[in-house]
Amino acid sequence: MPFRQRNVLPGFRLTLGFTLLYLSLLVLIPLAGVFVKTSTLTWDQFWGTVTAPRVLASYRLSFGAALLAATVNLFFGLLVAWVLVRYQFWGKRLVDALVDLPFALPTAVAGIALTAVYSKNGWIGAWLAPLGINVAFTPLGVFVALTFIGLPFVVRTVQPVLEDLDAELEEAAASLGANRWQTFRRVLLPILFPSLLTGFALAFARALGEYGSVVFISGNMPMKTEITPLLIITKLEQYDYAGATALAVVMLVVSFVMLLTINLLQWWGSRSHAPA
Amino acid sequence: MGPAATLNRASMTPRRRPTSEPPRVRRLLIGLALGFLALFLVVPLASVFAHALARGWGAYLKSFHDPVTFSAIKLTVIAAAIAVPLNCVFGVAAAWAIAKFRFPGKQLLITLIDLPFSVSPVISGLIFVLLFGAQGALGPWLIEREIQIIFAVPGIVLATTFVTFPFVARELIPLMQAQGRSEEEAAIVLGASGWKTFWRVTLPNIKWGLLYGVILCNARAMGEFGAVSVVSGHIRGETNTIPLHIEILYNEYNFVGAFAVASLLTLLALVTLALKTWVEWKNASAPGANHGSSP
Repeated sequence: MPFRQRNVLPGFRLTLGFTLLYLSLLVLIPLAGVFVKTSTLTWDQFWGTVTAPRVLASYRLSFGAALLAATVNLFFGLLVAWVLVRYQFWGKRLVDALVDLPFALPTAVAGIALTAVYSKNGWIGAWLAPLGINVAFTPLGVFVALTFIGLPFVVRTVQPVLEDLDAELEEAAASLGANRWQTFRRVLLPILFPSLLTGFALAFARALGEYGSVVFISGNMPMKTEITPLLIITKLEQYDYAGATALAVVMLVVSFVMLLTINLLQWWGSRSHAPA
Repeated sequence: MGPAATLNRASMTPRRRPTSEPPRVRRLLIGLALGFLALFLVVPLASVFAHALARGWGAYLKSFHDPVTFSAIKLTVIAAAIAVPLNCVFGVAAAWAIAKFRFPGKQLLITLIDLPFSVSPVISGLIFVLLFGAQGALGPWLIEREIQIIFAVPGIVLATTFVTFPFVARELIPLMQAQGRSEEEAAIVLGASGWKTFWRVTLPNIKWGLLYGVILCNARAMGEFGAVSVVSGHIRGETNTIPLHIEILYNEYNFVGAFAVASLLTLLALVTLALKTWVEWKNASAPGANHGSSP
């Protein structure tokens, strides 16, 4: 804008003022409290808390299961988005709506439902038990819950990009002699890549912090099936506020890094998608 | 979604085009995708109702004849009835400031508004315990005045408001940014007051986006578990919301009761999805939806 333009619309001070006040009171000040509380610990105390063996085991489970679940969702999310955009089949609208179920279904309900389905005498668990696969009350159960929770993310980030895709690109590839797989690998996948990665990061970030659906199916055995958010609750119940806060700081820092990554990915996606 | 789907169908020819897959591959991919969704979505969904009705309708309905269940429902409705309107007003105000004006730090503000989404629910509860709990920063001050926030209803409302904070704002910000400000400017220049402009020009333009945000916000407010669990204290009949009540019933091996109450929230989730789909369809089928009709 070459010169300062006067905006005739009213309400800027009122709305921005209210936004900043509400944001500060409800989100920023309470979140800052976590960092203030941690500063009452010495560095050694903090380090000792966040690297205790039981805590390290929970990181391994939380990160490992979240990574695995996000990876599964990456492949199946792309598949579901592809099928929903490209193919016609009976009940497609219903399936499309149902994809958002993990967003709408309360996590506690998801937790008890998945536990019931995957326990030894559950609908699916009963089939897996003879094969020696136990899902409920094992790390595998954590993975199942996190896959459920992260399911919509990749579908919903890839779907719009796939819908907006220019048919000419594929026609050009086909007329130049590429087969379907080559076209997908060399033409479509690079275009979908930023949105795939964004969906993956969103699913991973959500899975890291997830609590409600996991606590029911994991069985919460120390060193084996304890996720990091559960350890925070355990410490709180023992009135170890400083310890709980130290773990919260670790998780918050990881979340902020993830948030930054996701923002960068989205910016990259909008840039690489726009000039098409 | 709607128009695009019919367009696809119209352009589909019986012979395979070079930009489509052979029918065999197509069927395989559809089968795989539906199989995955059935395994992870449909089966758990069906199991909620199957377990709730495992001992018949009588046992199912009896689960609701319980004052504790009733008080859990009441508390959930109260929490949502406070959190949703608050975040609705905030969402509209934030979107107005961000979409209609230029100011430095706008991108940072948008990121900060999204912050509660990237915080673990457990931490969302913890921050209020640290602030208002007995050992918290304001704890002694509150105890002196006999105000209880944590392990009481205000804590539950606060935690619910925190976790549902971004829903309305994040729906409205991109929508109002895309709409620009020319319509409002025209109204103001023609002599309408700020409020009148908002009610008569802006609100009709954003009503679907607003409804969409409110629906999602409400679903999360009524279903939140982790954050509320931390601040609730689990006092039966007093500080238990529906999700917390489900946990208690489940841990007491009252599976019919737990799944019966869970079926209530599942129905809410299905209604949410139906409404969401309806709003999306409504939005897509009305080409002027983004411009609205200003009287």
